[in-house]
Amino acid sequence: MTSFNEIVLAAGSGAYALLIAPFSEFAFMRRGLVACLALAMGCGPVGVLLVLRRMSLMADAMSHAVLPGAAVAYVLFGLSLPALGGGGLIAGLVVAVAAGLITRATSLREDASFAALTMISLAAGVLIVSVRGGGIDLLHVLFGAILAVDDASLILIATITTLTLPGLALIYRPLVVECFDPAFLRAVRGGGGLVHLAFLVLVVLNLVAGFQALGTLMAVGLMMLPAAAARFWALEVGSQAAVAVIGAFLAGYGGLLLSFHADLPSGPAIILVAGIFYLLSMGLGRYDSLRTRWFPGRHLSA
Amino acid sequence: MPTEQPKGVGQLRVHGLTLGYQRHPAVHHVNGVFASGSLTAVVGPNGAGKSTLLKGLMGLIRPLAGRVESFGLAPADIAYLPQLAEIDRTFPVSVLETALLGHWRRTGSFGAYTSAMVSSARAALATVGLAGFERRPIGSLSVGQFQRALFARALVHDARLILLDEPFTALDERTTHDLLGLIKTWHDQGRTVVAVLHDLEQVRGHFPDTLLLARELVAWGPTVDTLTTANLSRAKAMAEAWDEHAAECHRGAAA
Repeated sequence: MTSFNEIVLAAGSGAYALLIAPFSEFAFMRRGLVACLALAMGCGPVGVLLVLRRMSLMADAMSHAVLPGAAVAYVLFGLSLPALGGGGLIAGLVVAVAAGLITRATSLREDASFAALTMISLAAGVLIVSVRGGGIDLLHVLFGAILAVDDASLILIATITTLTLPGLALIYRPLVVECFDPAFLRAVRGGGGLVHLAFLVLVVLNLVAGFQALGTLMAVGLMMLPAAAARFWALEVGSQAAVAVIGAFLAGYGGLLLSFHADLPSGPAIILVAGIFYLLSMGLGRYDSLRTRWFPGRHLSA
Repeated sequence: MPTEQPKGVGQLRVHGLTLGYQRHPAVHHVNGVFASGSLTAVVGPNGAGKSTLLKGLMGLIRPLAGRVESFGLAPADIAYLPQLAEIDRTFPVSVLETALLGHWRRTGSFGAYTSAMVSSARAALATVGLAGFERRPIGSLSVGQFQRALFARALVHDARLILLDEPFTALDERTTHDLLGLIKTWHDQGRTVVAVLHDLEQVRGHFPDTLLLARELVAWGPTVDTLTTANLSRAKAMAEAWDEHAAECHRGAAA
């Protein structure tokens, strides 16, 4: 008969093997985890502001716009993640700035000009990749490979996060004010146009960081899903951002474990875990979730 | 025109101002002066260009013709209260944070709030009757309470020229009364106040000057002379139609 201590030991080592060993034993898993942490810290706050500015779908559109840049970089430099990232960055910025300029110069709304430029961009990207690369490479670009993140890519991701946080702090106040009282921001000459452009640049930067790890199709998931989920847990912008960062990191951790143990591709695994986090938040969250709607509890006395 | 035209700081002079969208004028060749320290109501039918005029005075839209000349007023000296409908009241920001935005010209977009600024914002909230609401998100306020918060922001701004776009729409009597009192205080302090309003009784009771607008200027001067039956029915008749194929206007800009 096994003693209580032995059961605890067995459970402990089981948990260790399940939750920690993959990272202590394999360097690529550690790198993936660090990449997830850096991504979460950048994507969380950016995602929350995207949701508040009602730009969720625009971020999705922009993530596809990154593709042709990455494709051209792939044709020129082969499968090097920093090169792909640089190419994607340039393409994303061109689309973001062009869409912003078209919006401010014509009466076409921003979502429409984004959609138009993105489709052009995406079609060009898929064409380039399919003419010059094989099917495997296309999959790689579309879905990323967080477990193939090397030191150079890790430094790129960390650099982007390091730029994002102070960048956001710098434009935070006008960015928030423009969401809820745009006329006031214009009245105080708060530089709405410039701030918007700076924000788009930060979005593209973070998409490129995510693109390294998760691919063009998935990158936006780590940005939007935790941010959308955070809305159910916190009321203020700052606390929503904190929840989004934690959620994104937990999704990264859970997704890496899932992909390791079940031998699944890491990008979709991470995004699926983020999706589960979102669905649970929507169901059980503290504010405005289905739980509070269906089981509101007795009303308060005042 | 207002009878007095002192050359004081805070004066706003309008020369042949034409504002509009896609070359169609919404405000057509308006001339006159908002005297320093004046309290003026802007009145007119819907679509008369009242809000457009305020935006033009702020310099937010470029005139199609004419210009606005301000004497000693930087953009930072002008406080602007937009229509409630233009604001997203579900946005997660607190009442205190809203009032603190009035310090913008001192903090810019990045400067920190000093404790003196925070206490002046708290004082402004107390003045408008929102003491104790500081931590509440604006989404939890009623329309009247939210308008009080915006007035607190304008108080904090401490501007020499204050532009209010339909400040009393959808407010109950008591809130309107309190906020009118605040406007009177601003007037007594010598600030220039311009407010877009619909309630003519309110205008007659509280606003010494009135600008009656129906795209064209109908009348501008002391309220008693402006809000006459003849002027009001002229305004009603003039507010008509947007002519898709209107010919170019050749009226002299110097008019």
